[in-house]
Amino acid sequence: MESTAALRRTPLYDSLVAAGAKLVPFAGWEMPVQYEGVRAEHLAVRSGCGVFDVSHMGEIETSGPQALELLQRLLSNDVSELEVGGAQYSVLCREDGGVLDDLFTYRLADQHYLTVTNASNHESDLAWFRRHASEFDCDVADRLESWAMLAVQGPDARAIVAGLADGELPPRMRTATAGFACAPEALVCGTGYTGEDGVEILIAPEAALALWQALIDGGAVAAGLGARDTLRLEVCFHLYGNDLSTDRNPIEAGLGWCCKEETGFIGSDVIANARAAGTAEKLVPFALTGAGIPRQGNGVIDADGETAGVVTSGTLSPCLKRGVGMAYVRADLARSETEIEIDVRGKRRPARIESKPLYNPDPQER
Amino acid sequence: MADESYPDGLKYHPEHDWAKIEGDEATFGITWYAQDALGEVVFYEPPEIGAEIAKDKPYAEVESVKAVSDVIAPLSGEITAVNPELSDSPERINEDAYGDGWLVKVKLSDPSEVEQLLDAAAYRELLGGD
Repeated sequence: MESTAALRRTPLYDSLVAAGAKLVPFAGWEMPVQYEGVRAEHLAVRSGCGVFDVSHMGEIETSGPQALELLQRLLSNDVSELEVGGAQYSVLCREDGGVLDDLFTYRLADQHYLTVTNASNHESDLAWFRRHASEFDCDVADRLESWAMLAVQGPDARAIVAGLADGELPPRMRTATAGFACAPEALVCGTGYTGEDGVEILIAPEAALALWQALIDGGAVAAGLGARDTLRLEVCFHLYGNDLSTDRNPIEAGLGWCCKEETGFIGSDVIANARAAGTAEKLVPFALTGAGIPRQGNGVIDADGETAGVVTSGTLSPCLKRGVGMAYVRADLARSETEIEIDVRGKRRPARIESKPLYNPDPQER
Repeated sequence: MADESYPDGLKYHPEHDWAKIEGDEATFGITWYAQDALGEVVFYEPPEIGAEIAKDKPYAEVESVKAVSDVIAPLSGEITAVNPELSDSPERINEDAYGDGWLVKVKLSDPSEVEQLLDAAAYRELLGGD
């Protein structure tokens, strides 16, 4: 159990408590895991709009004449394809291809990038950026303290945010500067972690409370990290520390699509080899066919009764009403509709490997 | 979710279970405190009817969105019934921990064990209340 003594609090802490938040230690922060209840918050995001305080997420600003060159060396994606006002997902890898973090990078201006880190990795990411920055003519700045971050997600999210903003909201995977009554310049990003439409807003910490309140008044439901986790798992987004780690490379994690080895990023040789040779295991989504809830660490059992993998994320899907998860399984099993069993604390639960996403938020493709 | 309560007519086990004693039969469930600590219950794995359960040992599992918890038997005996509503509606455990959210009915093998359980006042004291 983490001590609560040294935990950091976001600028919204007092209003989260007032909104009925149940707080838990998370990556060194005291964060809201839920308010009314995970299921209700999950369904509110799928059907209307939820707002998450994700101010614990870190930001690293990279600027200067060789900012692009540094990021191209560090990040797996082709950063040269990232336009001003664009957003790009990538992983940060070690020389051996092990994943240090998964990140969104926004290009704010020609030589000016902002990379959003996972809270648990922010300090080590920053050290990694700085260690490699010495070879390039650019500045790396810690912006964790400069930004609070609110994720506004769901089919009604854009309308609610648009009612408060003085400018156009960016489309998906783009960013825009917008003014709010409480803050003349906030960064609005067409990104999220729920599979729903919506935006993530980076805003000055002192203005975050007013924006939070305006969003709630506008109809957004306060949602916690519990719902954030069940939402992301239904659409098979990776959670660092569960589905990604330094022991796994992006190919086996199913993130080859954001790796452009020709850019020569750190780890690209190993990743190119893994892509060519294939990996012994692959990360796959699965769903139980009967009762039960899979959890991180549960074993995957193949048709011969042999252990053939491990669950890295598991939950009861509020939308599908079934136990679902993601697991690293032996590569020969990594095909959708393969029958497996999950060893849930000694009970074998029948399951089937599925294709991504487990739940499709777009009704036309469901 | 109901308000916090610990009815006077029930007996309590320190692992946050209650037992309603009727002669040599009893109904078991988890207390308001237990369901609150667990959060929204989304899954209940009952024991089989006829199973022998032992005081202080786990006999069932309740699982919330984030955590799984063993349910500890407050008394020893044989399972005679499990709450059929809970397989489809495990949230009853949150909504009505002492009523619709009951877990099992048990034929007690040693009714004298009841003397080792807490009454409502002693259980409230255990929780640090007044």
